[in-house]
Amino acid sequence: MNNNQTLSLTVNGVNHVREVPSRMNLVDFLRNELKLTGSHVGCEHGVCGACTVLVDGLSVRACLMFAVQAEGCNVTTVEGLANADGSLSPLQAAFHEHHGLQCGFCTPGMLMTLQELLQEGKMPSEDEVRERLSGNLCRCTGYEGIVQAALEVLNRHPSAGRDQ
Amino acid sequence: MRTPSVGRSSPRVEDENLLRGRGQFVDDIQIPGTLHLAFVRSPHAHARIKSIDTSSSLSLTGVIHVWTIDDLPKGLQDQPIPLVHPNPAIKQGFLPYVLAKGEVHYVGEPIVVVVAQTRALAEDASELVSVEYEVLPAISDCKDAVQEGAVLCHTNSSTNIAARVPFSYGNVAQAFEKAHLVIKESFFQHRGGSFFMECRAGLAQYDSHLDQYTVHLGTQVPHQMKRFYMDMLELGDQQIRVIAPDVGGGFGSKAPFYAEYALLPLLAKATGKPVKWIEDRFENFTSTFQERDQYWDMELALDEHGRILGLQGQLLHDSGAYLPRGLIVQWISATTVPGPYVVPSFQMEMISVLTNRVPTSAVRGAGRPQAIFAMERLLDRAAQKLGIDRAEIRRRNFIQPDQMPYKVGLIYRDGKPVTYDSGDYPASQDLALNHIDYEGFKIEQANALSTGRHIGLGLANYVEGTGLGPYEAVTIRISTTGRIFLYTGASPQGQSHQTTLAQIAADQLGMDPSMIKVVTGDTAAVPMGVGTFAARTAVNAGNSAHLAALAIREKIIKIAASTMEVKEDDLELEDGFVFVRGTPDLRKSFREIAIISGGVPGFSLPDGVSAGLEHLSTFSPKQSTYSNGTHAAIVEVDIETGHIKILRYVVVHDCGRVINPKVVHGQVIGGVAHGIGNAFYEHMRYDSQGQPLTTHFGDYLLPQASDIPPIEVLHMTSLSPLNPLGIKGAGEGGTLPAAATLISAVEDALKPYGILINESPLSPMKVVSLLGKHALGRTYSS
Repeated sequence: MNNNQTLSLTVNGVNHVREVPSRMNLVDFLRNELKLTGSHVGCEHGVCGACTVLVDGLSVRACLMFAVQAEGCNVTTVEGLANADGSLSPLQAAFHEHHGLQCGFCTPGMLMTLQELLQEGKMPSEDEVRERLSGNLCRCTGYEGIVQAALEVLNRHPSAGRDQ
Repeated sequence: MRTPSVGRSSPRVEDENLLRGRGQFVDDIQIPGTLHLAFVRSPHAHARIKSIDTSSSLSLTGVIHVWTIDDLPKGLQDQPIPLVHPNPAIKQGFLPYVLAKGEVHYVGEPIVVVVAQTRALAEDASELVSVEYEVLPAISDCKDAVQEGAVLCHTNSSTNIAARVPFSYGNVAQAFEKAHLVIKESFFQHRGGSFFMECRAGLAQYDSHLDQYTVHLGTQVPHQMKRFYMDMLELGDQQIRVIAPDVGGGFGSKAPFYAEYALLPLLAKATGKPVKWIEDRFENFTSTFQERDQYWDMELALDEHGRILGLQGQLLHDSGAYLPRGLIVQWISATTVPGPYVVPSFQMEMISVLTNRVPTSAVRGAGRPQAIFAMERLLDRAAQKLGIDRAEIRRRNFIQPDQMPYKVGLIYRDGKPVTYDSGDYPASQDLALNHIDYEGFKIEQANALSTGRHIGLGLANYVEGTGLGPYEAVTIRISTTGRIFLYTGASPQGQSHQTTLAQIAADQLGMDPSMIKVVTGDTAAVPMGVGTFAARTAVNAGNSAHLAALAIREKIIKIAASTMEVKEDDLELEDGFVFVRGTPDLRKSFREIAIISGGVPGFSLPDGVSAGLEHLSTFSPKQSTYSNGTHAAIVEVDIETGHIKILRYVVVHDCGRVINPKVVHGQVIGGVAHGIGNAFYEHMRYDSQGQPLTTHFGDYLLPQASDIPPIEVLHMTSLSPLNPLGIKGAGEGGTLPAAATLISAVEDALKPYGILINESPLSPMKVVSLLGKHALGRTYSS
C-alpha cells in the first residue's frame, strides 16, 4: 500500500515533481502535498463536486482520480482562477455580486465547473446552466445566485426570481 | 449625515477569501506533524461487544494509539456525553459514552479510535481492529417501537418510550362534542438530515508549557463546546480555547457536542502532537445526528362555517438511540401546530421514542415544518369536506393584526408562553395569492386539464419562533491604533454575520461597515457566547451590536466633549472622527480618543474619561420573536412517470426589520431549496433491522440546481416590539412551509382522481402508486 511513484505535473502554471503513494488521489495531493487547500473534499464518492478541478481543461472529480493519473497534465484549481493582475476573475466577481456563495465550501467546485462551461464559449440557456451545475451540490444558496452569476458572465439574463 | 447601512445590500466581506480558495475550514488548517484519527464504528444496529483485539492494528508502523473506552481517563469511562437541555419529562435519557461501553445501539456508533501519522494509515489500521459482537435484535421504526412487546432499543430498559409530554389548553372535549365536522388524519413525515457540504471536523493542539488546549471545531456553538470541554476535562477557563473557523454549513447538526470531539484534546495531550479528525461522508450519513421520522395522528374540530373549535392528536418522534439533545425538536413541533390560526382548544401528546438509529436533533426548521404540514393538511381537508375555498377557510381562522400580541396558550421551548409579538397574517396570504393569481389559476388549471396536463396550486401559512435568548455577546473595541473590532459569540456557517453585524455597528459609529473588522467564533475573543441556531443571531447579536455601538458612541462623545471643552450635543461622528457640528476642523480621530481613554502610565484619567474604548453588550430578549409568512406554489404532475415539476414558487416573508436584503433573500431561497428537498427528495432510509440504506449522495438525494425553480420573494415588515432594532429571525423561515405547500399543490393537481396525500417526502414512485389505475401507461402494476 505504500509503493510510491514519481509524479510530474503542472498546477496553475507551476511545475512540480513529487514522489507520491500510488493510491493517493488527486485532491489529497493538491491539498496535502501542494497545500492548495481551495479544492474541497465533500464526499469522496464523486457525487458532490466540491473537489472539481480542470485537468487539461476538462473538469474532473479530483477525489476519483489518482494523483499519478495526472502525470504530465496541466491542472487548474480555484487558486489559479484570478486574473493575471490578481483581481477576481469574471466568474468570481459575479459570484460576489449575485450572492452566489454563503458558507463557501462548495464554491471552488462550482467555479471550476462553470469555468469549463465558460471556456467552451457557448451561450447556454438557464436550463443548460442548471443542468451543467447538477453535478455540484450546494446546501446553502438554493443555487439562484450561482445560476445568475453564471448567466451574467455568459451574457445572459435570468428570466425571473428576483425580489419584487 | 451618512445614509444608514442597515436596510441596504452591503457587499459581503466574507466572499473574497472563499472565492480565491483561501478559506480556512478546519481541514484547510495544516500544521506539520499533525496526527490523524479514524474510528471503528458499529456495523450492527444493536449488539453486545464481546471482545476487542487491537494488537494487529497497533503493530502497523505509524500507528500511535488505538483506544477503546478502557483507555480513556477513568472519569470518562463512567461519564457519558452531557445532556444539553435537561427536561423533567425525560424518563429514559440514555446518553452515549465517548466510546461504546459494552453495548452498541446504532450503526455508526464509535467503538475504537485509531491515531496514526496519516489519515490513510489510520483507516488501514482501523480495519485491522477485530471486534467480536453478539448481535441483538434491533428496533428500527418508531411506530413499531411503541407496540406492545416491541424489541427494546436498550436491553437494560423496559420500554422504548423516552418521554411522554402532554400539551393542552382550553376545553377540547367540549369542542369536539359540539363540532359540526371532525377531520381525522394520520401523517408520516420525514426530514432526513442536515447534510452540510463540509462534514464534521476538529483539530486539537495541546501546549504542555501552558497546560492549554486550542481546539478548532466545525461547530455552530464554540462557547458551548468550551463549556463541555471544561466540564469533561476538568479545565479552568484559561486552559481551553475553541475556535470555529470557516464552517461549511451547519443547519442544526453542527450544534451538538459529539463523542468524537471529546477525544481530540485527550489525544493531543496523549501524543504531544496536533490531532485532526475529518469526518468522511459515510460517517456523516451514519453518525451525524439527523431529524428523520415523525408520525402524527390528528383530529380537527370545526363549526359549520369552517371555524376551528379544537385540535387534538398524538405525535410520535423518532429520537434514535440516545437523547443528548433532549426534547427540543419534538417540543417545537408540538408548540408550532396552531400557527397563525385561532385554535380555541388544543390537546397534543408528544411521545419521544428510542430506536436503534443514530440520535436525532434539530435540522433547519427543527420540527416546525412537520407541525405546519399537519395543520395545513388538516385545513385543506376541512375545506374539501365543507366545500369552502382553501384560502377562505384560512381567512376565517386567522389571528387578526389587532389581536397582537397574541397568546396561543402553549409554553415554548424558551420556557415562556408562546406569544406572537406582531405580524399581519391575513395580509401575508392575500399578498401571496394576488401575486400568484390564485383566482386566475383556477381557469388555467381547468384549461390545462382539458389538454391532459395536471397542474395544481398549493398554499401554506406559518408562524416561526425565532431569536431565542438568552443573549449573544458583542464586544466593540476601538484599539489605540484606531482600528475597530467587533467580537461576538455568534458563529456563522455562511449566514453573513460579519457583513450584517458590521452594518449595524457602522450606523451608530457614522462610518462605512468595511471599516469594522468582525471576529466570530473564537472563545478567546469574547468571554461569553451562546452560538448560532434557531434563527437567533440577528435578534440577539444584532441588538447587542447596536447597543455596544451606541455605548461606544456615547463614550467617544463624552471623552471628546471633556477634552475638547465643547458640549456633548454639539458633537457628531463620521468616518472615524468626532467633530463639532458645523466646524468639521474641530475634531479628534477615534484613534486619539482611544489613546486618551487608554491613559498615560502614572497619571489619572482626565475627568469624564473612563478606561478603554470598548464595550461589551449582552442584549437579552424577553421572549422569542415570531416571524411569519405564506408560500404558494404551482406544480405540474406527470401522471405517467410521477415526476413533479415546480412551475412557480412564491414566498411572502416577514422577519421584521431587514438588515441586508440580499442576505435575507439568500437565506429565504436557500431555505426553500431545503424544503423542496424535504418535499420530494430527501429520505434517510433504514431496513427493519436498523441498517442505513442511503449512505451517499447517490442514494440520498439533495436538491440539485436543476430541481430548484426561480423563487419569487416578497417582503412584509412587521417590526418586533421586543428589541431596539425590531428584528426577527430569518434563517429557517424558507424551509418551514415548503413541504406543506408543495404536497398541497400535488394534491390539487391530482384532484380529478380524489387522491389524498398525507406524507412527505413524496417520490415519483409513490405518486404513481397513489394514482393506481389512473396512472398513465406502463408505470403502475398492482
